[in-house]
Amino acid sequence: MSGVKQLQAAPRTGWHVAEVVETRRETPSAARITLDVDGWPGNLAGQHLDVRLTAPDGYTATRSYSIASSGDGERVVLAVDRLPDGEVSPFLVDELRVGDRLEVHGPLGAFFVWRPPADGGTGRPVQLIAGGSGVVPLVAIARAHADAGDATPFRLLYSVRTPDEVFFADELETASRGPAPLAVEFVYTRRAPAGTDAPVGRITRERLAAGVIGADAAPVVYVCGSTGFVERVAGWLIELGHHQTAIRTERYGGT
Amino acid sequence: MSFITRGFTGRSRERDERLPPGQTLVHDFPVLSAGPTPEVDTADWEFTIRTESGERRWSWDEFMRLEIEDVTTDIHCVTHWSKLGTSWRGVSLDTLFADVETDYDYVMAHSYGGYTTNVPLDELLDGKAWVAFEFDGEPLDPEHGGPARLLVPHLYFWKSAKWVRGLEMQPSDDPGFWEQNGYHLHGDPWKEERYW
Repeated sequence: MSGVKQLQAAPRTGWHVAEVVETRRETPSAARITLDVDGWPGNLAGQHLDVRLTAPDGYTATRSYSIASSGDGERVVLAVDRLPDGEVSPFLVDELRVGDRLEVHGPLGAFFVWRPPADGGTGRPVQLIAGGSGVVPLVAIARAHADAGDATPFRLLYSVRTPDEVFFADELETASRGPAPLAVEFVYTRRAPAGTDAPVGRITRERLAAGVIGADAAPVVYVCGSTGFVERVAGWLIELGHHQTAIRTERYGGT
Repeated sequence: MSFITRGFTGRSRERDERLPPGQTLVHDFPVLSAGPTPEVDTADWEFTIRTESGERRWSWDEFMRLEIEDVTTDIHCVTHWSKLGTSWRGVSLDTLFADVETDYDYVMAHSYGGYTTNVPLDELLDGKAWVAFEFDGEPLDPEHGGPARLLVPHLYFWKSAKWVRGLEMQPSDDPGFWEQNGYHLHGDPWKEERYW
């Protein structure tokens, strides 16, 4: 992170008009929104964008959302969780319909991203760690890995309140059955699936240690969730011997 | 090119003049960082200004003996939140640069944890920037950049480097870590200089 570093060859960013081509319930509190973005240059797995909404009197509100999809083309998939007191997310989750238009700016971010290793080789193992809706950019990364048929070992540790609140459950299931190695493990914080004896409760240091690729394998670790979740997990990862430069974090918060 | 999104009315109508475009007022204190929070003990902490001809260095105790200022200011994060009237304590960059001679016009701020961000020197002087170690009357939390962070409130807040450990003069405005990863070279919130 110090010294000379090449500028990353990420697609150029800019404002685009987006039209909603599909919106559907992702979880009881979240919607999956598919956009057709005019002139979108494609995006890397893990990037985000800004959404701008304009009211009839010219009032605007802008928020950042992680992108659940990646690759070329003008289709962009978001998954937005409704914040109880939010101004933008309740509109996106509950009001937005097919054919509505909004503005997006992006793609954004060149650090919390993953690319398949060049030449079809195997890169450093990848550990993904998600808290709640923080799984969205990690889904993009896991699916990019699966779509590339990449041989790099991947694991996803996903902390979620209940089985009903899992984002992209089918896609993760499919990705974990493909040829690209992906192991998915859930930590249920409120309720586990019926008929299982999975422990219920917030993630602990011991649970983390048991559920992630060990530091001796030198994985790259991506952590995304609330600030509290990311602070706890990243702190434990350091204690477990992971190097701080191998840990990439993204947090959601605010409004 | 802005157009109306059907059905969106928004909530706030009393637009606060202190909010730059595209910003939303928050009352909590969100966190933006790219990796784990470094743990820095003030016993080990030091702050350095390095120029083409040498360097000045302060330990934590030496730093605490410098002239300390109270600062009340608005702060604006590139991720669209702003806080108004936040209160800080720290040492003005004017104090730190009082005896520093340099012909270079640009600064690279270096942080514990390896992060860097670039700022022109004239944007750090004349009462525009501090090294802050207290927020709201309390020692600065590590997740917000403690023990000390740069405070450059007229630019987007990623320029206010957390866990700052030194400033290095440079002859050109080379991009730091955040700027290499997509954020704007300059970062004026009133011009919405968010991304390049």
